[in-house]
Amino acid sequence: MAQMTTANRLTGLRARPGLLERIDVPRRVVFLAAVSMIAIVALLMAFIAWQGIQLFVKDGVSVGEIFSPTWNPLANAGPEFGLLPFIAATVCVTAVALLISTPLSVGLALFLSEVAPNWAKAVVQPSLEIFVGIPSVVWGWLGITVLVPFLADTFSGPIVISLPIAGPVFSMPGFLTGFSWMAGSLVLSIMVLPTITSVSYDAFRAVPQELRTGSLALGTTRWQMIRHLLLPSALSGVLTAVVLGMTRAAGEALAVQMVIGNSPTMPAAITQPLTTLTSQITLDMGNTVFGEPWQDALWTMSLVLLIISITSVVLVRLINKRRLAS
Amino acid sequence: MTATSGSFGRPMAPKPSLRRKSSRGSILADRAATVVLWGTGVLVLLILGSIILHFALAAWGVVSPSFILSDPSETTLGGILPVLWNSIYMLVLTMLIAVPVGVLGGIYMSEYASENAVTSAIRFAEEAISSVPSIVVGLFGLILFVDDAHWGFTALAGALALTFFNLPLMTRLSEQALRAVPQEERSASLALGATKWQTIRHVVVPLAIPGLITGVILTAGRVFGEAAVLLFTSGIGTPPHYNFTNFDLLNPASPWSPFRPATTLSVYIYKLNSEGLGAFKNQIVDGSAAVLISMVLLFNLGARGIGRILTRRLTAS
Repeated sequence: MAQMTTANRLTGLRARPGLLERIDVPRRVVFLAAVSMIAIVALLMAFIAWQGIQLFVKDGVSVGEIFSPTWNPLANAGPEFGLLPFIAATVCVTAVALLISTPLSVGLALFLSEVAPNWAKAVVQPSLEIFVGIPSVVWGWLGITVLVPFLADTFSGPIVISLPIAGPVFSMPGFLTGFSWMAGSLVLSIMVLPTITSVSYDAFRAVPQELRTGSLALGTTRWQMIRHLLLPSALSGVLTAVVLGMTRAAGEALAVQMVIGNSPTMPAAITQPLTTLTSQITLDMGNTVFGEPWQDALWTMSLVLLIISITSVVLVRLINKRRLAS
Repeated sequence: MTATSGSFGRPMAPKPSLRRKSSRGSILADRAATVVLWGTGVLVLLILGSIILHFALAAWGVVSPSFILSDPSETTLGGILPVLWNSIYMLVLTMLIAVPVGVLGGIYMSEYASENAVTSAIRFAEEAISSVPSIVVGLFGLILFVDDAHWGFTALAGALALTFFNLPLMTRLSEQALRAVPQEERSASLALGATKWQTIRHVVVPLAIPGLITGVILTAGRVFGEAAVLLFTSGIGTPPHYNFTNFDLLNPASPWSPFRPATTLSVYIYKLNSEGLGAFKNQIVDGSAAVLISMVLLFNLGARGIGRILTRRLTAS
C-alpha cells in the first residue's frame, strides 16, 4: 500500500511537526481499535483452550479416551467421554452438505458470472443476500415444519436398491421420524450456498476478460471455455469457497440441532439421527453444572471446534499463497 | 471433449481439441450447460420465493398488532413484545460498541496500516474470528462475562459477545468503504496543507459515508438474527412483563437496563422449539419467524436504499 504519490512526497517536505503531531493521537486510537481483534482472538483461544483441557487435567480422562465411540457422561460405574460420535457426525453431515451444495453453488456462480444477463443478475444477487440474512433458527424451523415431515412421509420404509438378477444390492433403514443426518445436511447445504456462491463468483470474475475473448475467438463454445479455461484458472478460488463453506457448516449450531435428531451414535446410514459437536454443546451446556466432568467434556468439544476453524483459516491461506506464487 | 487432463495454461496455445471448429456434440454440450446454469438461478429464486410464501401463509392470522404488542403466554396465542424489544435493544447496544470500534479499526487498516507483521496479525485475527463458530464465541462470553466476571446472564454480556463476533465484518466493510475513496481526494487535501488526520476526518470519512452505512446495516441484519452467541450470554428465560416507564439503568427490573437477562426474538424461537409445549407453539413460532424475516428484509432493502440515496446526494453536490 506504500504508494509514493505526489501528496506523500509533499507531506515529507513539510516542516517538522510539533509535539502533539509527533505523538499522533488519532493514529494510536485507530491502531488500538484494529489491534483489539488480536486481543479478542488471543483471549478466546486462551480461555477455550484452558477450559477444554480441564477434562484431561482435572478429571483425569486420558486423551486417548475421547476417541472412544461411547458417550455416556452419567454412568455411575465410570462415565465415558468418547467424542468420536460427535466428531464423526460433524464430518459426515458437513461432507454430505458440501456434496449437495458445491455443484449447485459453483453452477450458480458460473451462471451469475458468465451466463446471466443483467436483469437476471439484478434479481438473483439480491435474493442471495436475503438468503444470507435468514437467521439459522428460521432455517431450523423450516427444516422441522417442512423438510422433516416430508422425509418421514416420503421415505418411511426401508430404502432398497435391487438389480434384476443379483437381487438387493443396497439397503438402508428408512427415515423413522425424519430427524436425521440427511435433514441436517440438506438444511446446511442451503445455508452454505450463498457463502460458496459469492466466493466462487469473485474467483470467476478475477479471471481476466482477455482469456475469455481469446478462447471464444479461437472458436470454442462458451461451455468449453468455462470447462477448460475458467474452472482451472479459478480453481484455488473455488477451493477457498468450499473450505469457507465447510467452516460455516461445521460450526453451525442451532439449525442443525433442531433437525438432526440428537442421538450420539456413530454415523452408519444417512437416514439415522446423529448429533454433531455444535448440537451437543447447544443441547447440554444449559443442563450441566460448571466444573463437572460432563461440562468439561463439552468445553473439550468446543476446543475441537476451535481447532477445526483455525485449521481452515490456515488452509485458506495456504491455498491462496499457492495461487499467488504460481 | 477429449483430452481434458491437465489444466489449460496459456490462452494463446490451446489444446488441439479446442482449436478444431466446434462440432455438433460440443454445441449440444454448450446448450445443455447453459440450460443447467440457468436452472441453478431459477432454483434459487424458487426456493426463496417458496420460503417467503410459506411464512406469509403461516403467519396469516397470527401476526397482528396485538401479537406484536402483547406479552408471551403459554395458554393463549400470546405475543412477542418483550422479546422483540430485547432484539432491538440488543441490536442498538451492540452497534453502540461495534460501530465505533469497527470504523476506527477500518480507518487504521485503510489509511495507516503498512505491510508489516502487526498488519498481517490483525488480518489473521480478522479471518480467525470470522471462522470461529458462533456457539464457541457464545461460550467465550459465558466463561468471560457470565462466570468469571459474575455478571450472570445480562444484555451487556450478550452485546459484548455479539461485538466480538461482528467486529471483523464491521472492520472489513469499513476498510472497503474507505479504500473505495479515490486517492486523488486524499492527495488534494494533503496538497492543500491538511494533516493526515484532518484529511481522514474531513475528506475520506465523509466520502465513505454511504459505504459505511451499508456496512452498519449489513452487520445489523446479522446481529438481529443471531441466536447461538446469545443462548449462554444474555439468557434464554421467558422475559417478565416489562414496565417501560422504569428508566433506572442500574435496576435489573427496568427494560432499559443492560444488566438484566434479555431473551431475543431468535433465541425465543429456539426456546419455544426445544421446550415449548403449549397448543399455540407452532403458530407463535411461525409468526415470530415471519416477523424476523420481515425485519431482515427491511435491513437489506434499507442498506440498498440508504446507500443509493446517500451516494447520489454526496456525489452530486
